[in-house]
Amino acid sequence: MTVNQIVMECLQIALLIAVAPLFVGWVRMLKCWAQSRSTASLFQPYRDLLKLFSKDVILAENASWIFRFTPYLVFGTVILSGAVVPMLTTKLPLSPSADVIVLVGLFAIARFFTALAGMDIGTAFGGMGSSREMMVASLAEPAMLMAIFTVSLVNQSTSLSHIAEVMYSGHAVLKPSLAFAFIAFILITLAETGRIPVDNPSTHLELTMLHEAMILEYSGRHLALIEWAGMMKLFLFMALGSALFVPWGIARSDSLLMGLMAGVLLLLKVGASGVVLVLIETGLAKMRLFRLTEFLGSAFLMATLGMLSFFILE
Amino acid sequence: MSMLSEALREAFPEELQFDHRQHPSRVICCLLPRERFAEAAKVLKKKYALLAAEWASDETLLGKGFSVYACYRWGKEYLIVRSELPAEDPSFPSLTKKYLPAYRFERQMQSLMGVIPAGHPDLRPWIKFEDWPQDCYPLRKSFDSTEPLPRVDGEYQWAKAEGEGVYEIPVGPVHAGIIEPGHFRFQAVGEMVVNLEERLGYVHKGIEKKFEALSWHDAARLAGRVSGDSTVAHSIAYSLAVESISGLTGCNIPERAHWLRALFLERERIANHLGDIGAVCNDAAFAFMLYQLSRLRELLLRTNLRLFGHRFIMDRVFPGGVSVDITAQGRDEILAEMEIVAKDFERLVEVYEESSSLEDRVRDTGVLKPEKARELCVVGIVARASGMNLDCRIFNPFPPYDQYDRLELDVPVKVTGDVHARVWVRVEETRESIRIIRYILENMPAGPISVAVGDPLPETAGFAAVEGWRGEIIYWLQAGRAGEINRCMVRDPSSVNWLGLEQAIPGNIVPDFPLCNKSFNQSYSGHDL
Repeated sequence: MTVNQIVMECLQIALLIAVAPLFVGWVRMLKCWAQSRSTASLFQPYRDLLKLFSKDVILAENASWIFRFTPYLVFGTVILSGAVVPMLTTKLPLSPSADVIVLVGLFAIARFFTALAGMDIGTAFGGMGSSREMMVASLAEPAMLMAIFTVSLVNQSTSLSHIAEVMYSGHAVLKPSLAFAFIAFILITLAETGRIPVDNPSTHLELTMLHEAMILEYSGRHLALIEWAGMMKLFLFMALGSALFVPWGIARSDSLLMGLMAGVLLLLKVGASGVVLVLIETGLAKMRLFRLTEFLGSAFLMATLGMLSFFILE
Repeated sequence: MSMLSEALREAFPEELQFDHRQHPSRVICCLLPRERFAEAAKVLKKKYALLAAEWASDETLLGKGFSVYACYRWGKEYLIVRSELPAEDPSFPSLTKKYLPAYRFERQMQSLMGVIPAGHPDLRPWIKFEDWPQDCYPLRKSFDSTEPLPRVDGEYQWAKAEGEGVYEIPVGPVHAGIIEPGHFRFQAVGEMVVNLEERLGYVHKGIEKKFEALSWHDAARLAGRVSGDSTVAHSIAYSLAVESISGLTGCNIPERAHWLRALFLERERIANHLGDIGAVCNDAAFAFMLYQLSRLRELLLRTNLRLFGHRFIMDRVFPGGVSVDITAQGRDEILAEMEIVAKDFERLVEVYEESSSLEDRVRDTGVLKPEKARELCVVGIVARASGMNLDCRIFNPFPPYDQYDRLELDVPVKVTGDVHARVWVRVEETRESIRIIRYILENMPAGPISVAVGDPLPETAGFAAVEGWRGEIIYWLQAGRAGEINRCMVRDPSSVNWLGLEQAIPGNIVPDFPLCNKSFNQSYSGHDL
């Protein structure tokens, strides 16, 4: 482990924390354009966070430690996840400590506590949101693991850094199994990050919410942390897609200059993925809740097909 | 002689009397002893009449006790059945077992007027809250509206559902969006709604009571504020009711005034339909439609402001005519605007039709079956989406719609009763209204736009029904001994259609409720009065 590697690790985490709201601002901006409206500033999400941080926290009288602890835990797990996904370089000191399965586990921990916190206060909406979120999770997580296993099979490893390096070396380009896994990954990303057609991030209708219903009782800095973590999760999924499927541009050494280049390229890639996200979100209505089983079922099917085609064709 | 009154005459040959102080003359008012009040309903139900409204009036100032009224509609006929109740024992047989909408009408009458519907299955207060004293009846003449009421303890009894896995979701009265207040209580198993109970009355403003303190002219402004989004329709209904009993015999409202009223009415209809279609799509997270349709709606509202001085054309219609005329230039402006609206609207309808993900949400959601719709006597868009061919503009035409041969109105009727049907009725009505507006502008007769209207004749009653954008709005006005307003009954379409929503929800899943609710889009204010 060199000093440069530690610096890169810190830079990467800082990038994730700092740029995630910008990405959300970018997506909102694109969305406005797609609906021919005038847009808010690119930096509006930062202002929203600042606003929330400067507000008091209103706690329900019967809130337990779980409710107060969850925002920090969620924020922490997302940062930890960000530390193991190769964004700037594959030579991350923390990368060998956790592979993709641990990554899925980290997301599961955050979700588990958010669902508990949703039920903690005892309002009807919180429980409803938790129940829906767990339903989505029970379908999305197996599909996510299947998609990742397919990629792992192709690249002979579950370590993200290793996967990215193998992809880089050109051994694994344009294989049908990867194409299937990629489609599955897109579907899962929409579900995991709560975007249309699975969830509507901008709705105010309590009865239709999934993720938002769980965090309805949060306010002030707690809400800010959860919102920020949500933004980072969205950014992280884009970065994860980049590491798994299009790793070109990620540095394979610990050179800071290469890291800088990688950072610029990452922003371009993520920015472009925002365009795809907005096209999907503008063109589709939100699905009926029980259609989600079909949606995530097809993600699982895609991933399974990818795995089968690996054994049969490759 | 109308079919309904003939049926009553056959059933009660000795007891039936006619009340000739009811105007206009095509609306017949029959007088029956109160013991026969429910029997009359039975006779009329057999003739397939629908219950349009039920109300009570305190007639102590006219030297009587109370009266209860039930207004029935059958095709082109309205018939009012009236029974007098003595002040010391104001009870009457309930109609609820014959007609479902009477369920809420009678709860409301009992809460606010203190007349007792004998045999009503559920006499919990409606609109009046339980922290008001039980024996205070605000619509009675003896009620002093200047004194604040003492608060008492009370609890509303909700319907309960029990069993494994049943849970309750209370929603409201304050909602997340900028809408009016109302409470909805769901009982659900998993995501499936087994029962929905509405609780309304949070925007009760005492409008019916307030009418009695106003002059006929000032009351027109109040009528325009019963439900702000259909201010034109309410003003027209009030004005027509006043004009029907106005002192000037043969009070002739100039033709041009009628045409201008129709122009305002159709503009209101288009603006609201555009907003509603967009809002339904937005509740399915298809925001594109909302923004585009809101843009078109805004276009109309701004033209309203420029040409008629108010975005919603509030206070431009009053008894005697209208207060604002349209110039040749304004006419061209509207015609040009209609061109743009029609073109963009058709393009957006195409987007709606071709979005399969949207279609998946709106079809088979929130179904109000035709037979249920009939039983609930719903009106307006909701009725037309559930196979009932009702439209006051055709069946009980008020001028200028009585010139069918010239206006040739086409009313869309769908039978599926789902969210899509309610959206589609709006789409077709919007097209039709655009066509009518063009016709009106091209054929509007010249002439004055208002006449002076005298005060109504004492001890008469006026009636009017107008098709607002939500549906049929009914006004019934009673003039007192000195010709003042003794009672003004307002029946917004929401008074009956809210029950339709309650009945359409069970069997749907909880997250589909906002979509269903938006497709009904009933007024809280118009219901709570």
